[in-house]
Amino acid sequence: MAGAAAIALLAAACGGDDDDGNGDSGSGSEAITLKVDVFGGSGFGYEELVKQYEQQNPNITVDYNIVTDDYDNEYRPQLIQQLDAGSGAADVVAIEEQGVGQMMSMSDAWVDLTEYGLDSRESDYPAWKWELGFTGDGKLAGLGTDVGGMAMCYRTDLFKQAGLPTGRDEVAAMWSDWEGFTDVAQQFIDSGVDAAFVDSPNQIYNIRMVQEAGNGDGLSYFDEDNNYILADSPAVQTAFDYVLELHEMGAIGPFQNWTDEWNVAMEAGGFATMGCPAWMAGVIESTSGKQNAGNWDIAPVPGVSGNWGGSWLAVPAQSEHPEEAAALADFLTTPDSQLAAYKAISVFPSSPEAQQDPAVAESTNPYFNDAPVGSIISDSITTFEPVYYGELHSAVRAAVEDVLYGVVEGTYASDEAWDAFVAAGQEVVDTSA
Amino acid sequence: MSQTRRVAPEVVGAQPVAGPHRSRLSRARSFVDLKVSPYLLVSPYFILFAIFGAFPLGFTLWVSLHDWQLAGDKEYVGLEHYEFLLGNERFRTTVVNTLGMFVVATVPQLLLALMLANALNKRLRGRLFLRLGVLIPMVTSVVAVAIVFSQLYGTEYGMINWLLEKVGVDPIDWRASSTASWVAISSMVDWRWTGYNAIIYLAAMQAIPRGLYEAAIIDGASSRQQFWHITVPQLKPVILFTVFISTIGGLTLFAEPLMFGSGRFDGGTTGQYQTVAMYIVQAFRERNNYGLAAAAAWLLFVIIIVVALANYLVVNRIREAK
Repeated sequence: MAGAAAIALLAAACGGDDDDGNGDSGSGSEAITLKVDVFGGSGFGYEELVKQYEQQNPNITVDYNIVTDDYDNEYRPQLIQQLDAGSGAADVVAIEEQGVGQMMSMSDAWVDLTEYGLDSRESDYPAWKWELGFTGDGKLAGLGTDVGGMAMCYRTDLFKQAGLPTGRDEVAAMWSDWEGFTDVAQQFIDSGVDAAFVDSPNQIYNIRMVQEAGNGDGLSYFDEDNNYILADSPAVQTAFDYVLELHEMGAIGPFQNWTDEWNVAMEAGGFATMGCPAWMAGVIESTSGKQNAGNWDIAPVPGVSGNWGGSWLAVPAQSEHPEEAAALADFLTTPDSQLAAYKAISVFPSSPEAQQDPAVAESTNPYFNDAPVGSIISDSITTFEPVYYGELHSAVRAAVEDVLYGVVEGTYASDEAWDAFVAAGQEVVDTSA
Repeated sequence: MSQTRRVAPEVVGAQPVAGPHRSRLSRARSFVDLKVSPYLLVSPYFILFAIFGAFPLGFTLWVSLHDWQLAGDKEYVGLEHYEFLLGNERFRTTVVNTLGMFVVATVPQLLLALMLANALNKRLRGRLFLRLGVLIPMVTSVVAVAIVFSQLYGTEYGMINWLLEKVGVDPIDWRASSTASWVAISSMVDWRWTGYNAIIYLAAMQAIPRGLYEAAIIDGASSRQQFWHITVPQLKPVILFTVFISTIGGLTLFAEPLMFGSGRFDGGTTGQYQTVAMYIVQAFRERNNYGLAAAAAWLLFVIIIVVALANYLVVNRIREAK
């Protein structure tokens, strides 16, 4: 395998030399290799696009690497170290939403893509996705790839047991707003069905918080000067109070995301609803298994808008070929390329144009009773309002979510939870470099 | 010594034939042979220790006195990180957790290993099979052990709670309280290490002269008295060794609590089972704070030395108790 790759590389290099020999084939005819680092189990679905790009640009070899499937514990720390050390990073690197704030705070580490005319790409994106690609001091550093969007997955079998309607239009109408969601939760609890209404506190909290912040001042844990403002954020307070309200009703289960218990509960019917970004559908299908086909359905979230996940491509300033790398990042993120990546591995495009393509817009999911997943997810993205992520946003998020889990678990009494919530975020601020 | 003497006359005897030049050379050679080569032969360990032991220790100390960025600014801050940690409630919690889990895990583990070794030292049917059996947990990967135990200790769907319910006991939320989570994590540690310690004790027991026991039997000592007054005191050096090894292992506990908390460094919703090792990794991995992590690592080093010394004093009293 390695031998074959080496030969392919040699051949490509020779091809480049030939071009050089032929003389003027335009600028940048020197043979170069561009390294692209991404993460995820099946990467970003760029295999075919890379081949296509190499054909169009014979002098360029693209070295496309899926570094690891563990973004937070492996990819992110490694990339930060490479950026910090000034060497070792690829020419084009992927950045995930979880930590885009941290990456964008390292302004010196990135090439300003405006220099290569890529500010022209603004019209390809919803405003929030575009804006999150800017560094704190206004450099355009990242071009959006995919998004997660947000929907609500629910168990039709449990809803039926509880005497609730199961059709997704009826369900969506019942919880068109958060009061409606509370009412459905109450009915579900009153029915005495032996399951939690929501899997865990954190997703409900995040969906609500981001909606409130988006409709308000656009701030959550940090202001634009990176002051820790969690305690004074009305959006955070509203979402926190709402989770406490649901908890006191007994609507929230203790199933922390990504734990064994959560997986088992998903299969065994331990909870009736959960927040569902586009990529979560695959998680539910593989975790719940064939025996639950048709037991899950999917509807918009209360208030419709939301997002969890999605990435950007950026060019580190240490790249030796910033111009070519920027052109490649541009190519890989066009609406057409996003569509190609969706067809390859189902990563949901962030570009509204790609979303309107029938292959996305009319896509349904047979596991979820043929639910029109494409249009539900698109709606959540187009109505989503941008929220500012500070450098420490994701670290603070993890710490304060622990407190929410602690409330459900009974470690914190409801009346001391808010103080613990504020303190948990403060601890992260105090211990971060 | 006798070897050196035997070599020396031969060298001297060669001198007249070889002439003055040759003699200086051979003297040099014998000097190298006698004074330098022994150091060369033992040097690999010291070179490796210098690179992988002494240097990291010193460098960590240096880093801990700075606000340390990987490539950016390295600002000298003196003992600021240490002051912060000593006054920080979360860090104190991790120290208490680490010491707590160490006690909950190690004391029963070593006692059990001692009993087990004593039993295996008797004439039993299938003794070899049993002796090998206690070692099997050692061969299992620590992560595999932790994953299986984490599922056993599931709150809603775990097997242990299911069994508790069968016998009419309320299910326990194993991750919610310090006590429950410490017990759960300690059980993983013990499952893996009890057999290892038992085999070490067993090997030492077989080296105890039988005459001691025969004399004791003549004096009318019961087997219980033999165990506490002959076996245990005779095992003292080995017990000391296992206590040291367990102290180092227990105070740097990392993989088990990490897997118990689904791979997160937080160690529970309030850090109920976050160990100092997890705090260190969290500080540099998640928070990018190398100076703080280095300071915490040095405090852990000091804690290990203090605890090891304390254990030494305790174990050293064994013979006096006799």
